[in-house]
Amino acid sequence: MSESDQRQITLSGNTLTKTYHTGAVDVQALRGVGIQLFEGELVVLLGPSGSGKSTLLNILGGLDTPSSGQVYFHELEITAGDESVLTRYRRDHVGFVFQFYNLIPSLTARENVALVTEIAMQPMDPAEALSMVGLGDRLDHFPAQLSGGEQQRVAIARAIAKRPDILLCDEPTGALDSHTGILVLEAIERVNRELGTTTAVITHNTVIGNMADRVLHFGDGQVVDSVNNTSRQPAKELSW
Amino acid sequence: MRALNLKLLRNLWKLRGQVLAIAVVIASGVAVLVMSLSALQALQDTATAYYERQRFADVFSNVKRAPYRLVESISAIPGVRSVDARIKQIATLSIEGFDEPVIGQLVSIPEQGEPSLNRLVLRSGRLVTLGHPDEVVLSESFAEAHRLKPGDQLKALMNGNQRTLTVVGVALSPEFIYAIGPGALIPDDLRFGVMWLGNEALSAAYDLEGAFNDLSLGLLHGTNPKLVIEHLDRLLERYGSSGAIARKDQISNWFLMNEIEQLKTMSTILPTIFLAVAAFLSNMVLSRLIATDRSEIGLMKAFGYSNWQVGWHYTKLVMAMTSVGILLGWLLGAWLGRVNTEIYADLFRFPLLIFRPDPGVFAIGALVSLIAALAGSLGSVRQAATLPPAEAMLPPAPPLFRKTGLSQSRVSHWLDQPTRIILRQIFRSPLRALFTSFGIALSVAVMVMALQWIDSIEKIVEVYFHDAQRQNMMVGVVETQSDTTLEAFKRMPGVLAVEPMRFVSAEFHAGNRNHRGSIEGVLPNPELQRVYDASGRVLDVPPDGLILSTKLAKKLDVGTGDALWVEVLQDRRPQREIPVVALFETYMGTPAYMNIDALNQLMGQRPSLDAVNLLVDKRQLPRLYQRLKTIPKVSAVVLKDAAVQEFNDTMAETLMIYISFFAAFACALGFGVVYNSTRIALSERGRELATLRVLGFHRGEISYILLGEAALLILVGLPLGCFVGHGLGWLMTSAMDSELYRIPLVIKAATDATAVVVTLGATAFSAAVVRRRLDHLDLIAVLKTRE
Repeated sequence: MSESDQRQITLSGNTLTKTYHTGAVDVQALRGVGIQLFEGELVVLLGPSGSGKSTLLNILGGLDTPSSGQVYFHELEITAGDESVLTRYRRDHVGFVFQFYNLIPSLTARENVALVTEIAMQPMDPAEALSMVGLGDRLDHFPAQLSGGEQQRVAIARAIAKRPDILLCDEPTGALDSHTGILVLEAIERVNRELGTTTAVITHNTVIGNMADRVLHFGDGQVVDSVNNTSRQPAKELSW
Repeated sequence: MRALNLKLLRNLWKLRGQVLAIAVVIASGVAVLVMSLSALQALQDTATAYYERQRFADVFSNVKRAPYRLVESISAIPGVRSVDARIKQIATLSIEGFDEPVIGQLVSIPEQGEPSLNRLVLRSGRLVTLGHPDEVVLSESFAEAHRLKPGDQLKALMNGNQRTLTVVGVALSPEFIYAIGPGALIPDDLRFGVMWLGNEALSAAYDLEGAFNDLSLGLLHGTNPKLVIEHLDRLLERYGSSGAIARKDQISNWFLMNEIEQLKTMSTILPTIFLAVAAFLSNMVLSRLIATDRSEIGLMKAFGYSNWQVGWHYTKLVMAMTSVGILLGWLLGAWLGRVNTEIYADLFRFPLLIFRPDPGVFAIGALVSLIAALAGSLGSVRQAATLPPAEAMLPPAPPLFRKTGLSQSRVSHWLDQPTRIILRQIFRSPLRALFTSFGIALSVAVMVMALQWIDSIEKIVEVYFHDAQRQNMMVGVVETQSDTTLEAFKRMPGVLAVEPMRFVSAEFHAGNRNHRGSIEGVLPNPELQRVYDASGRVLDVPPDGLILSTKLAKKLDVGTGDALWVEVLQDRRPQREIPVVALFETYMGTPAYMNIDALNQLMGQRPSLDAVNLLVDKRQLPRLYQRLKTIPKVSAVVLKDAAVQEFNDTMAETLMIYISFFAAFACALGFGVVYNSTRIALSERGRELATLRVLGFHRGEISYILLGEAALLILVGLPLGCFVGHGLGWLMTSAMDSELYRIPLVIKAATDATAVVVTLGATAFSAAVVRRRLDHLDLIAVLKTRE
């Protein structure tokens, strides 16, 4: 991270540690991680499974609390808040995308998005969000009637429809073939570019790092390397 | 298979909450069955053993007076094993500290040795001895009611002579398990008591030396009592017998058997309902539970386990889960059965208790529960096992939802997404939703059925005691008296109105149907004891002809306009054809009314009476009691207020036990249904709910989705439950219809409301338990794992 960076920090974590107590063994998932996400930035977190990247993402997204260290969203210290503060934070500021889509099977694409817009402060129209991810013509399909890639794009539309400040994606292409995966990445890229949403993508696919402003390499609960890309490669040019 | 067995145990531990909830439901079904049938069995066994041990007689008869030498010819009747000739009399008693007159049933016992039949069980003190004519043994219930013990004294008006008797013992008799005084409906231990005096003492007091007026016969095993009775009646006819009766018609035994018969009805209908509900629930729950295990089934198959092995593994799981419930049900049922039996044994004062539940009962409960659970679960196992392993290991494709008519309607614009989720879940598997609602409905229904008894009993009291009877006292007299007695009663202190009544024992014949009962003679337009139809109609009594209770008319298969052949069983024993002129509905007994003048005419007697109904100024009661205690011919005093009190108390003792058991089980059902269905929904949809939490929904908002669905299903179930409850109530009251009484189907709105509120409480409790789990939903774990 260059010291001359004048951009505004959206989200930052200081010396975050996380220890899981599973039975007799303590697993240290994070060993003092510091991270700053700048406004409008697209960061890719790369690393093998078990390296702690998902733990970090969960803590940044208010799904989990660190064993020590603080997380700030702008000036608000979310690690100081209780359960309802975290819920409020997720509700108003964070968009999540998961490997397994996690759509509500009983709601159509439009309704899955509406689920979030109904409780958001300044949401987009669900149809607009779905158009952004290229699903303008599949509004009234139920999840069971959509392909994996389409379901993931609905999940993205659902995540961005509330105009979140941060979009957190955990292995968004993990369950998809490369062609479909690229369609999904294009959607993420477009949201990041057009809405200026600070975006963090977790993956173990190094190729995806090429579309980021910055790549953080994870290993053994720590950030082992940080690489600033001079230019972002468009998602549609990626291949693996 | 060792590793698999280990997995089985761990699975059971992991599912312990649900294992327990299913066990509660199965246990309720099994427990109700075991409780009811074992209590029934125990009561029957105990009664039989009691009868046998105390040599309860097989045939009973009474005469006005017959010489002892007749016993020889009676013993010679084929099939007769032993004969006990006794003296039975009625006396009016005065007991210190108790104002009201008390009626004593005096029964003779030998001063030396034990009676050959109807032997007493001595509870304290001793039997009477020769040369002490004032010694008396009291029945235990009577002694306890008045706190009398050996050494205490009481006064008795015997044959016009006031005597002071000394209590020497307290005893029980198989002959008076149900000790019902003349004219009463149910035992009243304060106002009616059985007492045993020496044979010599009683024959001297009633001028019956060398004679007897009551007879019991013990028969050889396998003897048909009917033939003996025919023989006996011929022998005793000239001694003023009103006809012998078999043990089944003996009043105490008849009441006892009626009670057992009622228990039998309850023991068949109720456990069937419970077991069916439990079976249905465990079936539903287990099939859903196993469906969530599909990826493990795929894994086992991938390792090379055959379908059969997979099936067996889950069979064992289900059997283990069900066994917990069965075991619990057995223990609970056996314990409650014993408690229940003890309560009844206490009520009947059985001196012994035989509680040996039939293993068959336990087996039936277990078998039904097991089959139902296995049937439910194996379907799901087979479905999962027939999938190729690769496919089974994948999470199931998202379930397909369709838009319903509702989504397209205008209403849908008003629905938020969580509400849509609820509605679509319900419409996607309407059968499952219906089952859940039905389960809740059954819990309400069982409760309604149980509570309905209270309403019905209230109705009986209202109609029988308050609407039909305007008198507040009935006094019976020994031997039929001329109607000048009426004048004597009119002059008694506090008496405002008097009406005469006659009771004539008779046998009714219609075609090949018979009924042994009595004809009650009443005034043409009785003001006090009215011929009152349960619908609220008061009938006039025409100059001639019989007015039958509908129950009796049904038994004899006759209607208005038909004729009955009436064979009077006392005095000159006239026989005549009498037309049925009207029918009326009553909840109690099988009465037949007739104009008292017509009845006296039939008997060839001058105007006479057997009892009087009195309307008394209550302030004058103490004076009236004093007066009644001095009249030699009083055989019965029935006070309406006391009778109502006794009736309510007796009902409270027996029925309330049952009601509370079933109310508790109904609660367990309601809890089990809601807990299981929401708990399974939670494991099926935990991921969905966690996703919503991640998206920023509050705990309350996701609870709304899961519990809102449950609430909607409960809402459907409640009125359905009331409806089904009315049906079950009808089923029960119809099944309880006996000659002793009919239970009117009355269900007050408050009863429905109580059932609904109690069930709501039980379901709210289970919802709260599930809500706690929802609050501790592990967001990350749910999102990381696939399903």
